Amino acid sequence: MLTCKEFLQELNDYLDETGDIELRRRIESHITQCPNCFVILDTTKKTIQVYKGVLAQTLPQDVQARLLKAVERKCSEKKLRAGLPSIQP
Amino acid sequence: MPATQEAGIFDESALVAKAREGDLAAFNELVNSYSRKIFRLAKHITQNEEDAEDVLQETFLKAFEHLGDFQGQSKFYTWIVRIAVNESLMKLRKRKSDRSVPLDEPVDTGEDTVVREIAVWDENPEQKYSREELGQILDEAVQGLRPAFRTVFVLRDIEELSTEETAEALGISVPAVKSRLLRARLQLREKLTRFFKRKGDDVFAYM
Ligand SMILES: [Zn+2]
Repeated sequence: MLTCKEFLQELNDYLDETGDIELRRRIESHITQCPNCFVILDTTKKTIQVYKGVLAQTLPQDVQARLLKAVERKCSEKKLRAGLPSIQP
Repeated sequence: MPATQEAGIFDESALVAKAREGDLAAFNELVNSYSRKIFRLAKHITQNEEDAEDVLQETFLKAFEHLGDFQGQSKFYTWIVRIAVNESLMKLRKRKSDRSVPLDEPVDTGEDTVVREIAVWDENPEQKYSREELGQILDEAVQGLRPAFRTVFVLRDIEELSTEETAEALGISVPAVKSRLLRARLQLREKLTRFFKRKGDDVFAYM
């Protein structure tokens, strides 16, 4: 049987579903016998879920407006430079 | 047969090609698709709204400037994420308080994976709090992480980059991404347990 320490080391691969079937089987067998690790697995999974669900960030409109302005400025600079190759910094 | 096999909602490579020729409208479409995500990423890494706006602008200005260097081997998004991460880390380094915290610190002591608090959570812990309260709890927990862990967590679990993309963006190895992510997740789990645990449950000491 997996030790608790080994369980922790393999936790990510299990959560990300990148571990092989044998590993999944061993993890699942460990958590049926070890309540602590069951709770760790369950609450770590919830931790990731809660972050994915809530941290949707809205971009303030003025920030977006300033960004587009800056890009526009850059664009005309670039065009200017392309038109006047002799002017080098 | 469809002319394009793109699975995305919009044909990104066509936009990139147009933008490369100086088509501002095409580039703006790329900006509009990713500005929200880049701002969020920058805010989480720098922990500062002003810095995040600087990073946001710098990222897209650099992308526009160096569009010719973009080979199209990776996704456009991965490419700008790499720029944004570099800009964010530079901001962080400039802040004097962070000078004592190297971002590429070796962190293989293993002590961070010791779990101290184990308690069952409520069925739907997020429903105990308002959206604002919850956002604050989650933000503060992320802020409490070391920059090296925080950055990996933000890229992997919030921006949903793959392990390989995260390694590429940060210039670290895949095993380093994995070990930092594990520590970040376990530390966050522990911080959140204080808020989300079911009332009346015992807290066990562990190992
Ligand atoms: Zn165990």
